[in-house]
Amino acid sequence: MNSNKVIQVKGLTKMFGDFTAVNAITFAVEKGEIFGFLGANGAGKTTAMKMLIGISNPTSGSAHVAGFDVFTQAEDIKKNIGYMSQKFALYDDLTVKENITFFGGIYGLSKLKIKEKTKEMIDDLGLEDVANQLVGALPLGWKQKISFSVALLHEPKIVFLDEPTGGVDPITRRQFWEMIYRAAHQGTTIFVTTHYMDEAEYCDRVSIMVSGKIEALDTPKKLKEQFQVTSMNDVFLKLARG
Amino acid sequence: MKRFIGFVTKEFYHIFRDRRSLFILFGMPIVQILLFGFAITNEINNVDIAILDHSNDAITKEIINKISASKYFSIIQLIEREDDIESVFKKGNVKAVLNFEQDFSKNLIKERQATVQILTDATDPNTANTISNYVNSILKKYQQEQNKAITINYVIVSEPRMVYNPELKSVYMFVPGVMTIILMLVSAMMTSISITREKELGTMEILLVSPIKPFQVIVGKVFPYIFLSVINAIIIVLLSIFIFKMPVQGSLILLAFESILFIVSALALGILISTISATQQTAMMISLMGLMLPVILLSGFIFPISSMPIPLQFISHAIPAKWFIIILKGIMLKGVGLEFIWKETLILIGMTVLFMGISVKKYKIRLE
Amino acid sequence: MGISINHISKSYKHVKALQDISFDVKPNELFGLIGPDGAGKTTLFRILTTLLIANEGNATIAGYDVIHDFKEIRKHVGYMPGKFSLYQDLTIEENLKFFATIFGTTIDENYDLIKDIYVQIEPFKNRRAGKLSGGMKQKLALCCALIHKPKVLFLDEPTTGVDPVSRKEFWDMLKRLQQKNITILVSTPYMDEAALCDRIALIQDGEILQIDTPETIVKQYPKTIYNVNASNMYQLIMSLKAYPHQYSVYPFGEFVHYTDTRDGFNPDELKQYLQAQNLSNITIEKTQATIEDSFMEFAK
Repeated sequence: MNSNKVIQVKGLTKMFGDFTAVNAITFAVEKGEIFGFLGANGAGKTTAMKMLIGISNPTSGSAHVAGFDVFTQAEDIKKNIGYMSQKFALYDDLTVKENITFFGGIYGLSKLKIKEKTKEMIDDLGLEDVANQLVGALPLGWKQKISFSVALLHEPKIVFLDEPTGGVDPITRRQFWEMIYRAAHQGTTIFVTTHYMDEAEYCDRVSIMVSGKIEALDTPKKLKEQFQVTSMNDVFLKLARG
Repeated sequence: MKRFIGFVTKEFYHIFRDRRSLFILFGMPIVQILLFGFAITNEINNVDIAILDHSNDAITKEIINKISASKYFSIIQLIEREDDIESVFKKGNVKAVLNFEQDFSKNLIKERQATVQILTDATDPNTANTISNYVNSILKKYQQEQNKAITINYVIVSEPRMVYNPELKSVYMFVPGVMTIILMLVSAMMTSISITREKELGTMEILLVSPIKPFQVIVGKVFPYIFLSVINAIIIVLLSIFIFKMPVQGSLILLAFESILFIVSALALGILISTISATQQTAMMISLMGLMLPVILLSGFIFPISSMPIPLQFISHAIPAKWFIIILKGIMLKGVGLEFIWKETLILIGMTVLFMGISVKKYKIRLE
Repeated sequence: MGISINHISKSYKHVKALQDISFDVKPNELFGLIGPDGAGKTTLFRILTTLLIANEGNATIAGYDVIHDFKEIRKHVGYMPGKFSLYQDLTIEENLKFFATIFGTTIDENYDLIKDIYVQIEPFKNRRAGKLSGGMKQKLALCCALIHKPKVLFLDEPTTGVDPVSRKEFWDMLKRLQQKNITILVSTPYMDEAALCDRIALIQDGEILQIDTPETIVKQYPKTIYNVNASNMYQLIMSLKAYPHQYSVYPFGEFVHYTDTRDGFNPDELKQYLQAQNLSNITIEKTQATIEDSFMEFAK
């Protein structure tokens, strides 16, 4: 196995009874890549992602994430990935510091390490003034930046982001993407699932799922050339309408 | 009118499509009545007792025979010494010990008085009470038989003081209470939940931004539950008549009228709760804590009001359930007419009008 | 028949949700309120639909005052709240029937208006709303909001959480509705939807940044924007931000949008600078501003 491929998926399939939610998908993601995993609601991307993060067993095929087999080493996978979703991120009724301590504890960081990481994060994001405030009182943009940093706390090899920037104002959103670029630059692989096509434009490569299959996989630039359109949104429209 | 019918139709769709709530709605009264009627009962059967007979003469033997012949008791041990009583209780099987004094017959004939001590295991006070009452009644019966046969009157004094009427079945006491709880729960909790659900889902916003009037929404919400609660009341009454053979002594029409009155007052409370809670969860908590507990604890259903501390007695006056239970017992058990319960009825009417008034006034035509 | 908003302000406990908002929506206009979550869009919608009362200012809808004539307004507006607000346990047809009834009308009476949309979901009319896909739910919600032939239609983030195909279909429907003499106020967090409106208001933190047609707003962008690309995105952003003459540096999909403080900016100079920073495959090209660029410029 090529050590640079942090995610390797071959013929991965998930059936629910007669219904094939994920139909023999095959792809690989390299270290430090920002990979966009796109699809409409119900196209199977959530099911596929659940298999990759080790919380759902595939029906057939094979998948290795961070070097571990999703069939037999799900627990090892969980230790080596980070996860952030727009729906669940941080506890609103805990302060910023308490959240960091809590999530650090979950991933088994030592007290010293948590302290170190907390300081690093507060300096990095300029959180001095709000470190002891309840997360619930912070603006959405801040919450998202903090939860992304929290997902990186245990220095995972891969971070899974579920529709990370929906609804944020344009400036905060770019600050967020700068954070993602930095993490990728430092060697963390970023796996973004989304159905917002403008998020797709920021990825190094994207795959588009339609009815359980990956129908396109390339850089946004090449996909736009291939379909002779100017935006990923139009690429998607062309693909989805067949 | 068309709007109203449309609204009520929609409410019925909600109710009939929510299988779980529907099951609770109609399953609960049946289960509760059966539970209270059969399982939680004051009647006893085949209780294990022990005998300590210091006298061991003809009369004590006869009494012991009577007791062991009854279906209530089975004598599983005869003990010899006072010291053994405690160890017998400690083993746990024996619930009571009858201790006949020395020279029981002699005393009875000479002094016209003899003593039998009834020791009961009071870790379960209800059962203990019942046991001593049953023993008492057996002793009395024996006495009466003797008095008929022999012309000389003599008396057996037994120590327990309570008098038990074996004819009075416990289910009679529970039916009015359970009926009150069920009607309160169905009416108040279900309406408050159904209104807050619209708030939670956001459909309330659309209803507000429409020409439908607040009272149409309220009445539309309440109407289906009046219907369901009446069905529930009928189920409960039928169950008690046919399964527990509990007769309704008074007028069924009066019973129906009073029940509807109580249902409406509970519905008004439900609406009131929905105006102060934003989510279904809050509505449920307030209904359970704010209504159910007082109904169970302070209405006189389980604990007699007269033995409560004065402040609690005072609070109990404010609980509609208390008045309804009095009315129910009056109609069902005593068979009284309106002339005896008009005061309670008036109080209920007053409360209903008050709750309705407040809730219509508090119903918001906007979001805040 | 339009909307007129004058100096509306609204505060919650600690937050100023809206500050001195004023604008007019002309009759039969498709007007977009564009801004991120938390900008105050929903609060404004609720004030206009008579659900909330503003602390200051006033507004009229189709000539009716939002406070005094709230009953009239409730008869004449259609409202689609941000959350999916239909009865999930009722079927498509039952939902539509219910809303027709409470507005005192029938499906048949105004069928013309909703026909285009309703035929797309009619094959599933006996399916419960809770079991519909996002796009179908949204169409049903629109039908319900239209069933009483409103004069003004309020759509609060109708396309949030909907896939691109359904989004496109939805905007096509709005364009057709506009032909039927309905004034439409729609809010969205997606900047790319701005171009589909006749006029837009950009809103952030409770304040209006700009009101105009999308074309004019874009045209008024004060700077020339350059699309910059290089082999390493992160290094490119850092280098550009360290460049002494930079005015703004924003990642924009596969490019970075760069503007310079100087009038006589020479792209070659920047290229040399970037090359000195060890970046390769550098391209620098002029590009058109988008609504998003304008939004960031106003919000800066």
